[in-house]
Amino acid sequence: MTERKGFFALFEHLDATVDACKALRQAGYKRFRAFAPLPEHSLLEEGLAHKHSPVRVFTLAGAMTGAATGFAFTTWTSMDWPLITGGKPLYSIPAYVVIAFECAILFGALSTVIGLFINAGLPNFRPRVAYHPECSSGSFGLYVAVPETNASEVRDILKAFDPTELREDAEGLDA
Amino acid sequence: MATADLGKRGALPNPDVETYGEVNRDILKVLSRPGKGWWILFGLALAGVGLFLGSWFVQIVRGIGVSGLNAPVGWGVYITTFVFWVGIAHSGTLISAILFLFRAPWRQSIYRASEAMTVFAVMTAGLFPLIHVGRVWHAYWLVPYPNDRFLWPNFRSPLVWDVFAVTTYFTVSAVFFYLGTIPDLAAARDQARGLRQKFYKIVSLGWRGTDREWHHFSKAYIYLAALATPLVLSVHSVVSWDFAMSIVPGWHTTIFAPYFVAGAIFSGVAMVITLVVPMRKYFGLEKYLTVKHFEAMAKLCLLTGSIVLYAYLVEYFLAWYSGEPPERGSFWNRAFGHYWWANWTMLTCNGLVPIMLWFKRVRRSIAALFVISIFINIGMWFERFVIIVTSLSHEYEPWAWGLYRPSLVEMGILVGSFAWFGFWFLLFTRLLPPVAIAEMKEVVPPPLRGKAPADEAGAAAPAGSAT
Repeated sequence: MTERKGFFALFEHLDATVDACKALRQAGYKRFRAFAPLPEHSLLEEGLAHKHSPVRVFTLAGAMTGAATGFAFTTWTSMDWPLITGGKPLYSIPAYVVIAFECAILFGALSTVIGLFINAGLPNFRPRVAYHPECSSGSFGLYVAVPETNASEVRDILKAFDPTELREDAEGLDA
Repeated sequence: MATADLGKRGALPNPDVETYGEVNRDILKVLSRPGKGWWILFGLALAGVGLFLGSWFVQIVRGIGVSGLNAPVGWGVYITTFVFWVGIAHSGTLISAILFLFRAPWRQSIYRASEAMTVFAVMTAGLFPLIHVGRVWHAYWLVPYPNDRFLWPNFRSPLVWDVFAVTTYFTVSAVFFYLGTIPDLAAARDQARGLRQKFYKIVSLGWRGTDREWHHFSKAYIYLAALATPLVLSVHSVVSWDFAMSIVPGWHTTIFAPYFVAGAIFSGVAMVITLVVPMRKYFGLEKYLTVKHFEAMAKLCLLTGSIVLYAYLVEYFLAWYSGEPPERGSFWNRAFGHYWWANWTMLTCNGLVPIMLWFKRVRRSIAALFVISIFINIGMWFERFVIIVTSLSHEYEPWAWGLYRPSLVEMGILVGSFAWFGFWFLLFTRLLPPVAIAEMKEVVPPPLRGKAPADEAGAAAPAGSAT
């Protein structure tokens, strides 16, 4: 394995960051990490390789499991101890819709959170390889790790967009 | 948003906020100095929590008999206050979830405070069924599990639905609230020092604002909002069915669900105004909570208040139109019986006072809105009192009619519940950014190379000319 070098650049301007992403991509560096203080879509589109977030699968699966659990639980408990009242059926679907609905929402919400944590890699208490506190305030960051042979080229690309800070960081694109 | 339409962010609700860094500075400043006023309020809240716990302790030791509850009025101040607080909670979710899905541009600066209000209001409401059941050490009976003869609870009962609805609501709104604060807790972490930094480091879960995190975060947030939207409508519907599923005259009507939901949002928005007006003043957040925001909330109040007033009138009309003597009697009793004062307080506060909101000058006056919102809060508490107590005191058989008088213990718990709620809300303003930092930035123009933000350019020019 060749030596790798990581660069962290801090930008003041959003469009500079987006353009820097584009330039990196054009030069063939597809794996980089962008940091932003807000979910800025123009930046997210540049930075991401994967388009659809799998979180939605978690939401759907959770909600459906919840609805099924709600119905199964209420129906099974009515059948488990048959207590006929007024000659009516043992289980009342309309009444159980309420329970199934609440369970669908509860399970769906919790599994959405689990989906988010798994996909976004949270909680993440490892030491920060590349981060700048300004990224939660008003600046945008870019982190890119490349083989040492390409280091100077990447440095030049990033420099062209006027970063307020450009530093070599420990290797590893684990963000 | 593509880079091309960044310019379209012109019509901003917060014209005075210019840079991202400014948002962080202004909002995080709130966390740093509590000031004397905060400590005074916190002391009052603690005293009130003491009153709350003391009154409850008296009831636990001496039994539920210390309350005024008896036949025929078995539901009194406790259930009234439960419904009141659950209702208060609703507008928080409306603002954070429903207005989020509708992309209302004015929600950003108020939604964090109203969402916090939701969580604390449900925490307050959730105590009341426990207080109301009397023997609180048996409160775990609310959990659906079979008894020792393997008989399960009756899932056809609206009271069991209520347990599901309220616990789901608390869990989901707490999760939604916490998730939304994570990026802001990271912002607080990056500025804090010492013990506070350690705290924010843990609660922000190591958030860094990477593209990967934001990508999944924004999606998860949309799905949670989409789940919370039907949930908020369902919870107060289920609460209303606690009443409407019975055959008590005055309760047994089909309009209860929409009527309760509208009333909940009405009271909740009023409570947001009541809380946010002093918060804005005290912490100097005028730039973030502008007259525009208050006007939008006033319009929401006006809409839901009109639905509530319409529901009151329909209720009276249908009581007359039904031709049912008990139903007619119940409503006659409401207006002119023993509890006439509660009914007329409700009609004045919820029906007459909000008429002023039709005037633009009132909607744009923060002082007027603050006063009106307090009237609405009072009126909405009385609404639940009227619905619950007057209906139960005047059912079918004349020999079974009776009166209810809240006891001192009940009043202590009612007053204390406001302190309990205030205690959490005050802690919130000290520990969590009370305005959503990351979301505020979505309505602030992004920093672009072409045009430097005004204040930076202004600051740079004199410095440059001086040297």
